[in-house]
Amino acid sequence: MLNRAKIIEVENLVKKFGSFTANDNLTFDVYKGEIFGFLGANGAGKTSAIRILCGLSPPTSGKAIVAGYDVAKYPNKVKANIGYMSQKFSLYNDMTVKENFRFYGGIYGLSKKQIVDKTNYFLEKLEMEKTRNVVLSEIPLGWKQKLAFSVAIIHDPKVVFLDEPTGGVDPITRRQFWEMIYENADKGTTVFVTTHYMDEAEYCERVSIMSEGKIEALDTPANLKSTYGVNSMNDVFIKIARG
Amino acid sequence: MSVNIQIDSISKKYADVMALNNISLSIKSGELFGFIGPDGAGKTSLFRILTSLLLPTSGKASIGEFDVVKDYKKIRQNTGYMPGRFSLYLDLTVEENLDFYASIFNTTVKENYELIKDIYVQIEPFKKRRAGDLSGGMKQKLALSCALIHSPHLIILDEPTTGVDAVSRMEFWELLKKMQKMGMTIIVSTPYMDEAALCDRVALMQNGNLLAVDTPNNIVKSYKGSLFAVKAYNMHKLLDDLGSLGDTSQVFRFGETIHITSTINDDKVYMESVNKQLIDKGYKDISIHKVNPVIEDCFLSLMDKDVE
Repeated sequence: MLNRAKIIEVENLVKKFGSFTANDNLTFDVYKGEIFGFLGANGAGKTSAIRILCGLSPPTSGKAIVAGYDVAKYPNKVKANIGYMSQKFSLYNDMTVKENFRFYGGIYGLSKKQIVDKTNYFLEKLEMEKTRNVVLSEIPLGWKQKLAFSVAIIHDPKVVFLDEPTGGVDPITRRQFWEMIYENADKGTTVFVTTHYMDEAEYCERVSIMSEGKIEALDTPANLKSTYGVNSMNDVFIKIARG
Repeated sequence: MSVNIQIDSISKKYADVMALNNISLSIKSGELFGFIGPDGAGKTSLFRILTSLLLPTSGKASIGEFDVVKDYKKIRQNTGYMPGRFSLYLDLTVEENLDFYASIFNTTVKENYELIKDIYVQIEPFKKRRAGDLSGGMKQKLALSCALIHSPHLIILDEPTTGVDAVSRMEFWELLKKMQKMGMTIIVSTPYMDEAALCDRVALMQNGNLLAVDTPNNIVKSYKGSLFAVKAYNMHKLLDDLGSLGDTSQVFRFGETIHITSTINDDKVYMESVNKQLIDKGYKDISIHKVNPVIEDCFLSLMDKDVE
């Protein structure tokens, strides 16, 4: 991994809200084309860290470089070079599929032709051409999440942040979604993903586990299991989060 | 009070969408019963019908002697409901929310404190905090306290563990087991297949239909074919290659392994054949062994059939 390019570099990152330390001295790197699992209990500080890495919230101290830009100095450059989707917010429910592509393509500065090409490409790939003019609210959640992922990478970002992308999705679609993740990682897109499904933690190349603002463990799933002497990522997680 | 629940041919249609398609089942008083299925399965519609908040398009349902449509007042007095979406008052404090719900049901927090004590002590240090400022886990505990405050015989929980981390999920289920021991009937829904094993009986749901209703054990036992877990170097390519294997009905990634289902009777012959085919394709460090199916394997297999 040493000769792989770093897409995310985090050094001594601290985020405080008043007297509360949400992120306590985080240091880690994520590499080009890596699928990086970012796990932690509710309230461990994941959301705060992701917001910093996406250029939405400045760090209190320390440094984070994402897609080549310092998040504190060039947050807008960071935003232009990353993709983001979450379970809670992804696409606009009152626009059609095509309109969502056009809207996000426009935001990311794609030309009209690029937007048309990308829309065609993704709809064909997802075998969802029939949904082109369907309003999003009428589309099942699993399909929506696949569309949301496509929209999040419409501008070919170096890294895409996926915040619980598969929550509530049926088990078949959940697996198809991971197929999409693999395919894009193989093409060189870095995938930074959070999940509460511990089987999905196994699908990541490396996994970090946060507890009370700190990264308590960071390694491959296989190494984490052997370090903690357990058989599953679920048990690793419980050992770390329960302390 | 006995709260046997009877659901007879319930359907719910929204415009062109069949949210519930002729559902019939019964739940016994004192049971911890789980509805397992993804978003859009129809779990929430069914729960809203059972709690008298939504009228079925057709069919009937009763809780104990009360009909969910005719006797809605009685249903509401005896049923606790925790909706999937946090719906307490965000601008009231923890304490105020609880007092409010207690007073709506003509009771006091003091009167039923024993019932909510185990849960409430965990949020009591924050009782002066507004509900809107609580973390996700604490919100959920407050919602459960409010749903229990009128000492209902039946509690219906809509996806209480969605978006909740693995540790808090475990703790939440310990709470449910405790409530069941106190004599409560519990109906709970979840998209997490692993939580099915914690219920007395479960209904697997998909697109408004029941795929199966049984004990988790019986569902697992009824799995057709032998299931094997395969592992090798380069798991991603392995998934593709296993997909073109003969004598195999189902291939799905399962954590660090891939589960494949044999359609032939001789496990040994099957394993040797898979092993040989993978060696021929150049795989190294191949591991293949028989495993017992879990609910998710069953769900995947039932879903596959549903699609056909």
